[in-house]
Amino acid sequence: MSIAERIPTTTRGRVAILIAGVGLWALAYWVNEWFWDVVLYDAFGLDPKSRVTETIHFFIYDSLKILLLLAIIIFASTVLRSFMSVERTRAFLGGKREGVGNILAAGLGVITPFCSCSAVPAFIGFVAAGVPIGVTMSFLIASPLVNEIAIGLLLTLFGWEITALYMVSGLLIAIVSGWILGRLHVEKWVEPFVFDVKLGGQVIDPSLGLTFGQRMQMGVEEVKTIIQKIWIYLLVGIGLGALIHGWAPADFFTTYAGADNPFGVLIAVFIGIPLYSNAAGIMPLVAALYDKGLPMGTLLAFMMAVVALSLPEMILLRRVLKPQLLAIFITTTGLGIIAVGYLFNAILA
Amino acid sequence: MIIKILGPGCANCVNLTKAATVAVAELGLDATIEKVEDYAAIVGYGVMSTPALVIDEKVVVSGRVPNLAEVRTLLTAASQ
Repeated sequence: MSIAERIPTTTRGRVAILIAGVGLWALAYWVNEWFWDVVLYDAFGLDPKSRVTETIHFFIYDSLKILLLLAIIIFASTVLRSFMSVERTRAFLGGKREGVGNILAAGLGVITPFCSCSAVPAFIGFVAAGVPIGVTMSFLIASPLVNEIAIGLLLTLFGWEITALYMVSGLLIAIVSGWILGRLHVEKWVEPFVFDVKLGGQVIDPSLGLTFGQRMQMGVEEVKTIIQKIWIYLLVGIGLGALIHGWAPADFFTTYAGADNPFGVLIAVFIGIPLYSNAAGIMPLVAALYDKGLPMGTLLAFMMAVVALSLPEMILLRRVLKPQLLAIFITTTGLGIIAVGYLFNAILA
Repeated sequence: MIIKILGPGCANCVNLTKAATVAVAELGLDATIEKVEDYAAIVGYGVMSTPALVIDEKVVVSGRVPNLAEVRTLLTAASQ
């Protein structure tokens, strides 16, 4: 029996378990640091001033903190987004002109639940509904770039200003890149079969007719699935973060990639593109590098490059897009990310 | 009964196929389970969010992985 099947079936039972869950979560989050102080320093008698024990403490404390944050962010965003669907987004976008359409598509890309494995059927469905290619691309760029997990983690780790800058700049990149692709009339670089496929039968909207219990169940399953998928990235990220936090000399990174290195952002983006990880896996590393004095623009550009441009998604999109269009897509998005990096470094300096 | 699992073969599709296989065995249904991985065919069912579960050419779930209990209920309803 899966966890989800053990959720009680009455509404009162479900509300009770939701409240109990949030209460337990808050307690665990609240005692996390104190608990590991007691265990490591009092029970095991480790020296709190030693670098090794400090690294161990940081690693355990930070892993649990990020896992707890992830669990609540994924649960809440899955339940909220279960009211939206790609099908509903398509209906909104059908018949919209470019410009307005790009803005709408980017915004909807953020709130629509979307797995990159659905990228191809969604692309075909959008095209069949008469959504312009550039508008469709705005949706496909915004969806991974402005990531709900990244928003939640940035908000808790760095505050709302940086989160707002991240969201606005991510949306701008998606809007402008999609608009440029539309202006370039890239239809000729879409695989021809896309235009021949008919969307058959009645379109099924998965966001309709779900009970609150089913939405909660989806939230629980999603937390499980995502954590199973990314825990290794997360631990590697936090491990590197802990090492950097405790061992890297204070000026090590600033010497090579600090605000006064004009190539810092470029280097960060070129390292970030081939790396494929989730926003959750990259954030602990970002936090540790920020502590060491790396500028936020460089770090956000790095994170965006990691999440927005990934090889697996390019391979999927290759089924519907010809190499020329993929190349333009990577170039405009990449340039947008680089521009945002430099802009942020200038604003936040 | 013909059951089709629509999806390009990602983790969600594998999970849904597992749930359907187990449910068919538990209910002792006479059913075949087919995988549909061709994008044109998937979209042909009106499905844009994978995975999707199709029972006798009717789409019953799309865009999420229903749990075993729900698959059992759906199959029972369709077999009557």
